[in-house]
Amino acid sequence: MQQFFNTALTGLTLGMVYAAFALALVLIWRSTRIVNFAQAPMAMLTTFVALVVIDAGYSYWLGFVAALVSGLVLGAVIERVVIRPVEGKAEINAVILTLGLFIVLHGLAAVIFGNRYRSFPAPFGLEGLTVGGTTIALNGFGVFTIVSVLVVMGLLVALFRYTDVGLRMRASAFNQEVARLLGVKVGAMLTLGWALASVVGSLAGLLIAGGSLVHPSYMDSVVVFGFVAAVLGGLDSPLGAVVGGLILGVSLSFVSGYVGSQLVALAALVILMLVLTLKPGGLFAQAPERRV
Amino acid sequence: MLTLTSLTAGYGPVTALEDVSLTARKGEITAVLGANGAGKTTLLRTVSGLHRARSGAIDFDGTRLESVAAEKMPRLGLAHVPEGRGVITELTVEENLRLGGLGRGGRVSASDLERVNDLFPILGDRNAALASTLSGGERQMLVIGRALMARPTMLLLDEPSLGLAPRIVAQIFGLVRTLVRDEGLSVLLVEQNARSALSVADHGVVLNLGRVVADAPADELAGDDQLRHAYLGF
Repeated sequence: MQQFFNTALTGLTLGMVYAAFALALVLIWRSTRIVNFAQAPMAMLTTFVALVVIDAGYSYWLGFVAALVSGLVLGAVIERVVIRPVEGKAEINAVILTLGLFIVLHGLAAVIFGNRYRSFPAPFGLEGLTVGGTTIALNGFGVFTIVSVLVVMGLLVALFRYTDVGLRMRASAFNQEVARLLGVKVGAMLTLGWALASVVGSLAGLLIAGGSLVHPSYMDSVVVFGFVAAVLGGLDSPLGAVVGGLILGVSLSFVSGYVGSQLVALAALVILMLVLTLKPGGLFAQAPERRV
Repeated sequence: MLTLTSLTAGYGPVTALEDVSLTARKGEITAVLGANGAGKTTLLRTVSGLHRARSGAIDFDGTRLESVAAEKMPRLGLAHVPEGRGVITELTVEENLRLGGLGRGGRVSASDLERVNDLFPILGDRNAALASTLSGGERQMLVIGRALMARPTMLLLDEPSLGLAPRIVAQIFGLVRTLVRDEGLSVLLVEQNARSALSVADHGVVLNLGRVVADAPADELAGDDQLRHAYLGF
């Protein structure tokens, strides 16, 4: 029973990180129909920014904020400089550009920060919390992970649902031409969308790095899980991304705990195949629109 | 109000509009008629900035529009109303309306929302519903209501009768007529359904293969048998 409980808790924490990463992918996909393959190295780069700040003697939190802010800027710059020139052409152009960006950012990070493992601090203890005399598989940083992803999700939902900017962003995502006719500056909304996605991706990067090692390729293993989580949820739905992330995290944790940790990557792909076979649109695919 | 002078526009080697000149007067409904491919949609898209003219001038109340971006039009008082498919189906009815109100710049006023809901009671009852659940006629009302949220002085209506039952078409045209009479709106109405359009319009312009072939008061056009048979299909 205790093992079951702890496995679930580990999965929950892990799932939250996948959820954040999937959320970043979904934010870009639903506004531009581009799968951003550069999401992982973008997050890696901003995590290194945090590391530079922390290594310079500043607090973890200043590094944390620096990473998120640099994520915001990086996302906006990439949209303006790299993606904008192929706007309106077939999506495959932009997707290939993000693949190129993947390689370029990797190389850049290796040149600037060194191609070696460096340890990244965590703001909270990594000792398991104690509940009723037993130590559980949830530490302070795990709680921080869960809470911060929930807070970011809440903020995004509030932004999209209750603000004018959010309404403009959704309109641009769903129908660019109509949005323009209604006075929405679609270009600015796309830039903002990339910037926000990049912030969420940066958060995922920080959470994975916390109390662990970073390296120019440390995010790459998360890419597969993030993609699976996003597809599980249907790619179009932010809520789906989060639920997909949690399902994946918990499932993989059980596979790792009860079956064998070497099967985790395989299990992720099996889950992906199952979902795509049984419900090809993802778990949160919306009912097809009524045609009139 | 809106004057086009020698407007020429096209797509690559194709010329869709050639030397088109016409005027839509203040407080009137001006219908632009013609068959499929006559250049009606290109005309509307060029006026509203979605498409660039090759040459010619577009003057709206003293402002030259040829190089004004589409997203600036609502602030100038010009509202391009796409046909009913232009509702954003993933948003609710109220969100669609609010979006229209944002086009003017600044915040959406509750009184505008109330006014549009009064004009279209069907929308008022279904504010919280997703626009994808609306029927074709309701969608057409929504795109018109959404345009009104920006308090425009001129509506550019794109085929409001497309795919709708005659009874609904009559209802929508009646409503447009009321808006023109009560609020002093000006309307440029692009229609393939010439009979219905001429019954409500003050003035008509007939396009054929990108050129103006007739420009006369609506009742005159409706009474010209030769023209009707040749270009208007009724």
